[in-house]
Amino acid sequence: MKSTRKPAALALVGALTAGALAACSGGGDPQDESTNSAGQVTLSVVSLLPGSTEEAVAAFEDQVAEFEKANPDIDVQPEEYEWKATTFAAQLAGGTLPDVFEIPFTDAQGLVENGQLADMDAQFRALPYAEQFNPTILEAGTGEDGHVYAIPAKNAYPVALHYNRQLFESAGLDPDSPPTTWEQVREYAKKIADANPGVAGYATMTQNNTGGWQLTAQTVARGGRTVETDADQKATATLDNPGTQETLQFLHDLRWEDESMGGNFLLDWGSINQEFAAGQVGMFTSGSDIYTSLVQTNAVDPDTYGLAPIPLSDAPESATLTGGTLAGVPANVDEGVKDAAIKWIDFFYLNKLVDEDRAVADAETLAKNDQPVGTPVLPMFSKEQYELNQEWIADYVNVPLDQMTAFTDAMFDLPLAGEPSQKTQEVYALLDPVVQAVLTDEGADIDALLADANTQAQALLDQG
Amino acid sequence: MTVTTSPRGDVAAPARAAGAGRPRRGPATWLRGGGLHSLVFLLPLLVIFGVFSWFPIVRAVIMSVQETNLVTDPTFVGLDNFRHVLADPLLWKAVQNTLYFAFLALLFGYPVPLVAAVLMREVRRGRGLYSALAYLPVVVPPVVAVLLWKFFYKGGPTGVFNTILGWVGLGPYPWLQDASWAMPSLVLAATWAGAGGTVIIYLAALTSVPAELYDASEVDGAGLWRKIWHVTLPQLRGVLFITLILQVIGTAQVFLEPYLFTGGGPNNATVTVLLLIYRYAFQNSLGGDYGAATALSLMLAAVLAVFSVLYFRLTRSWSTS
Repeated sequence: MKSTRKPAALALVGALTAGALAACSGGGDPQDESTNSAGQVTLSVVSLLPGSTEEAVAAFEDQVAEFEKANPDIDVQPEEYEWKATTFAAQLAGGTLPDVFEIPFTDAQGLVENGQLADMDAQFRALPYAEQFNPTILEAGTGEDGHVYAIPAKNAYPVALHYNRQLFESAGLDPDSPPTTWEQVREYAKKIADANPGVAGYATMTQNNTGGWQLTAQTVARGGRTVETDADQKATATLDNPGTQETLQFLHDLRWEDESMGGNFLLDWGSINQEFAAGQVGMFTSGSDIYTSLVQTNAVDPDTYGLAPIPLSDAPESATLTGGTLAGVPANVDEGVKDAAIKWIDFFYLNKLVDEDRAVADAETLAKNDQPVGTPVLPMFSKEQYELNQEWIADYVNVPLDQMTAFTDAMFDLPLAGEPSQKTQEVYALLDPVVQAVLTDEGADIDALLADANTQAQALLDQG
Repeated sequence: MTVTTSPRGDVAAPARAAGAGRPRRGPATWLRGGGLHSLVFLLPLLVIFGVFSWFPIVRAVIMSVQETNLVTDPTFVGLDNFRHVLADPLLWKAVQNTLYFAFLALLFGYPVPLVAAVLMREVRRGRGLYSALAYLPVVVPPVVAVLLWKFFYKGGPTGVFNTILGWVGLGPYPWLQDASWAMPSLVLAATWAGAGGTVIIYLAALTSVPAELYDASEVDGAGLWRKIWHVTLPQLRGVLFITLILQVIGTAQVFLEPYLFTGGGPNNATVTVLLLIYRYAFQNSLGGDYGAATALSLMLAAVLAVFSVLYFRLTRSWSTS
């Protein structure tokens, strides 16, 4: 018995060891194997936000099926995805990003400089509408060598004011007349909070860099700038500008004098959407396009939703902060994957904006699955192209556009300003605790907080 | 005469134990004696430890003297990462917060399981039920528990805790929404989540306390509190010390609660050392400062190593006293 057991045990242990080693070595770079010898390409792409509804998933799967039918040599592998600074950094370092991933405008230049994005210039230039892009938007994903690395894809948006029409009515306010000044925002917030105990009349994001993002948006709306860049691209931190001071004082007054900001001051992009959809927030500022995710992820009641431009002060440089999303491809993929990626980007994001048949097919698929069609965004191409596109899909538009007229009537006349171009997310991160301090400490010294943050921001900017 | 006993049970002669006259063992002897088998059986363990424990540790030491974003080529920077971390004003805030968490956790989290275990030991009926109830929070997945508590902690008068406290005229309290309230709120939730496991350890230890000691103390006229003070606690001191050290090490590495409850806020009031390490590594979407993250990790490991050495020394003296 002994002689037969020993080899068997050894074999078992050997097999287990080999298995463990094989499992450990399985984490290699899958992108190298994306194109097989038969020319079949496996392309992993960003799908929807985690937690999206079944209908949203069904609509997406329909789109994938349509794409694969038209491109039988490409196997699309959808991956749920939400861009967050923290998870993106981990995925980037771990090499686990999908082959087509989404990034905010603010990150493209840094990723290009670090060599983390594939050069998509050849593939991009081959698109029939490549020359028609709004040059300002295209610039966000263009490297210093003039090559396009990240392609304007999902959206470009101005920051806007989102409000709950039902809460407006409960406070005796006219839901068709959203506030146009910050004084009105304060007044309406107070009325909403008074009429609905526990509800925030007005809320603002404070976490995961979004506190800094929205503070910047509201600063710009008051004519301030948090970073000034001269002709030599030398950046100077100006966090202590009057616009930022005024914004923080505004938040302080709403929180401590009016008590109209509810009881939750630790909110980020996802959680403020959640609170808003649950009827716990009367007004807040965020990108103009969030209606889509409010439906897909938070099941917002469309009747309650209202959209207006962010109020602008009388200051000469007051403007609406813009942002947007680009599609990128990891630097280490082969040409086959890059070719497949541009086909997907064309199909899923862009062609529907310039081609009537694609626009109608896309809108039909989304509408069939009760997904939002027609959420207002900034035009990726020209204003005329945007309006033409809206005509094509008019029959399928199912978002409550009549509740967004305050925004849509003004969207082409808004003075626009881009986000700061250097160390953007890091400076936003510095501003998060400043906003939190103002909202959680009645005695917070705004000037001291800003002076301290400004010193740290300048140190970051000086690193280059 | 002292006799040493080998694990196989045979009695070894003192001379053999000292190794005198032991024949030289060549590779052939080693092979015949089953050395290869030992090695093969050891191999899976070595591979798993090597890949998942030792390799990351060695890698962390190397990364702590490099500037790297794990994508582009790393550059050697000497001790710059350590200097950078030590110069970060947030480090001292994080150390202070971690110590505060540890202090509060000791103040509330340490005695609660002990009191619960002693009381449960005293009850005559339904001890199993109490044990199960005490252990239940440990079974709840930590993230679920945190989300549940986050819901309870909702600020303003409509939050669950504030509503309940409002019935007796208390509150509303800001819980997580205030720099001075946030940390005690985290400790409360952490104590709830972690006490069950410690209660079970104490209960197990209490069963080993000889019943005669209690009988003797009763004969001497001792009441409940004197029995606890003079019998239970001295008998538990070994276990108490171990749980204390484990708690100190555990609280020094607190991450889950501040990360999920507050993200380190409000205004960095709950940024702990581990959360700071996480921020160094992941907060910047363009590639984190992994050098600074590993440098701080090594510093934390060094501090915990000191605690561990103290622990071993003290337990040695305790076991001989």
